[in-house]
Amino acid sequence: MSLEVKQLSFAYDKRTVLNNMSFTAHSREVLSILGPNGVGKSTLFKCILGLLPPYSGNITVNGLDASGLSVRELAKQIAYVPQRSEPVFNFSVNEIVLMGTTNELKLFSSPGKTAQAKVDRALQRLGISELSHRCFHHTSGGERQLVMIARALVQDASILLLDEPTANLDRRNQLLVLEQIKSLAKEGYTVVQTTHDPEHSYMFSDKILTMKDGTLLSYGSPKEILNKETMKSLYEVDMEVSSLFDDRARFCVPVSVISDKN
Amino acid sequence: MDKKNVMRIETEDKHDISQQKHASLNVQSGRKEEAPSHRQLAGPPAIIIFISLLVACTLLSFTLGRYPVALKELLAILGNKIFGLFKNSEKFWTDQMEAAVWNVRLPRVILSVLVGACLSAAGASYQGVFQNPMASPDILGASAGAGFGAALAIFLDFKHVNITLCAFAMSLLTVALVFRISRYVKGGKVLGLVLAGIMVSSLFNAGTSFLKLVADPNNKLPQITYWLMGSLAGAKWSDIRFVVFPMLAGLIPLLLLRWRLNVITMGDEEAKAMGVDAGRIRIAVIISATLVTASAVSVSGVIGWVGLVIPHMMRRIVGSSYRWLMPVSMLGGGIFLLMVDNISRNVTTAGIPIGILTAFVGAPFFLLLITGRGERY
Repeated sequence: MSLEVKQLSFAYDKRTVLNNMSFTAHSREVLSILGPNGVGKSTLFKCILGLLPPYSGNITVNGLDASGLSVRELAKQIAYVPQRSEPVFNFSVNEIVLMGTTNELKLFSSPGKTAQAKVDRALQRLGISELSHRCFHHTSGGERQLVMIARALVQDASILLLDEPTANLDRRNQLLVLEQIKSLAKEGYTVVQTTHDPEHSYMFSDKILTMKDGTLLSYGSPKEILNKETMKSLYEVDMEVSSLFDDRARFCVPVSVISDKN
Repeated sequence: MDKKNVMRIETEDKHDISQQKHASLNVQSGRKEEAPSHRQLAGPPAIIIFISLLVACTLLSFTLGRYPVALKELLAILGNKIFGLFKNSEKFWTDQMEAAVWNVRLPRVILSVLVGACLSAAGASYQGVFQNPMASPDILGASAGAGFGAALAIFLDFKHVNITLCAFAMSLLTVALVFRISRYVKGGKVLGLVLAGIMVSSLFNAGTSFLKLVADPNNKLPQITYWLMGSLAGAKWSDIRFVVFPMLAGLIPLLLLRWRLNVITMGDEEAKAMGVDAGRIRIAVIISATLVTASAVSVSGVIGWVGLVIPHMMRRIVGSSYRWLMPVSMLGGGIFLLMVDNISRNVTTAGIPIGILTAFVGAPFFLLLITGRGERY
């Protein structure tokens, strides 16, 4: 069970966005993708989700060629958690999560008891059962993210793509969401997330991929990736990376902040 | 950084971590008191209530009018017409009553319920597929096209059913034209449709204005104006026979696709990621909604506000999920237009055109909805 991307290239009209990307995300692992704004992280997700016109290269999901799968077949393998979801209408949390079960319904049917049971289990699993009847518009940022993850879980796909799941969250909610993501991976999901937080990705991922200008910069374990050199080439900022708590955490500080000139 | 500092930070960090772990365990506590959950009717009871309301309003509507008909006589007349319950000698009602009930009131009641249901369902559908709470049934030019078609037919001296036919055909043609043009609009497909709809609508409205300008002010101009104001006066069985099939052909798919419609209100990308082919569902819903709008407008003229106000009112009652919103909007739209039509035909002998009344009722009501306490849309 895995997500395999081989020599993936993609261009909008003539502007190249992704250039010869290759990597593999494994089951039971969290893969974090780091990269500055606008380097093609979202485009990469859209390619994997089949939302964009043909790309070159290969994407293999759980052994199946993604380009040969229909929208419906692909949704059985991959579930997606968008960065921000702003429903126009004020659905209840329960209805939003129920939407994740649509894939296994017949064209003309609405979700029934089995789907509802699945939704209840997912809400329970993430500890948000009491939100079930709340209006989505009345939930906090952290709760929304968990609701969206619940919706991805009921889709019964083994690969989860999360687009900056901790952006706009406070510290406590970031931790809550990241711990859930990590424990999902432990349960067997293949988790791929984008993030702008190197420290978090160090603590909560099994692999880190850095990308810049549509190309893969480096790929490896957090210990291999989170160092001065990679951070410098990734963000073009001089950084000091210090190790804390027996190297269980690493902290990046811009050199300009700690240099004596200040 | 000296060593002391680092040490201090580290001890603080440890303290923080233990607190955070504690916090993450009961993160939801302390938020409970503010949980504003939906105070709404559940779907199935709402549907039963609305069906009962519709039956009650329908019976009430028969008894209202210039020839008073009691409930007993009404039921007897209907029973006799449909099931042949009474012999000629047993009739205890007058022929006049029978004519009023069967030839005048019944078609009008059926038509107002159908038109109300169609406009309301179309409004709810367009609001969903365009992810725009302000969308109404005429957003793609169906009303403007029908208005022009009817004006042209009246101008050319067509007779009753042909006016309806002409309005229906022009309405569908207009929306087809909007679709065609939207393909060349730069930017998003959905935005393109809405922009093309606005543009083509105003073009056809200008055409209608021109026809009014050159029409004979003694007989045709009033007729065109009256048609455009929307009215169910003079509803006939032939009207019903003409529109009932296209209306059902649109309403049934809208009912069947209502769960998918829920999913595509989340946007195309999310819908596709959940396995729903948003593009195809959207087209199917738009075609169905257009078909029912064109059918409704072609028999009733332009009746505004129903498609905008009723779905929003129903969202207040059953929530936003189309699973219940779609059927309840259909029932609610039917009830609303039936009752407004009752006012229209009973308040003055001449009968105020229903389009004016729906605006009088709808606009203030909508203001109340958007300014009042409660959900935002």
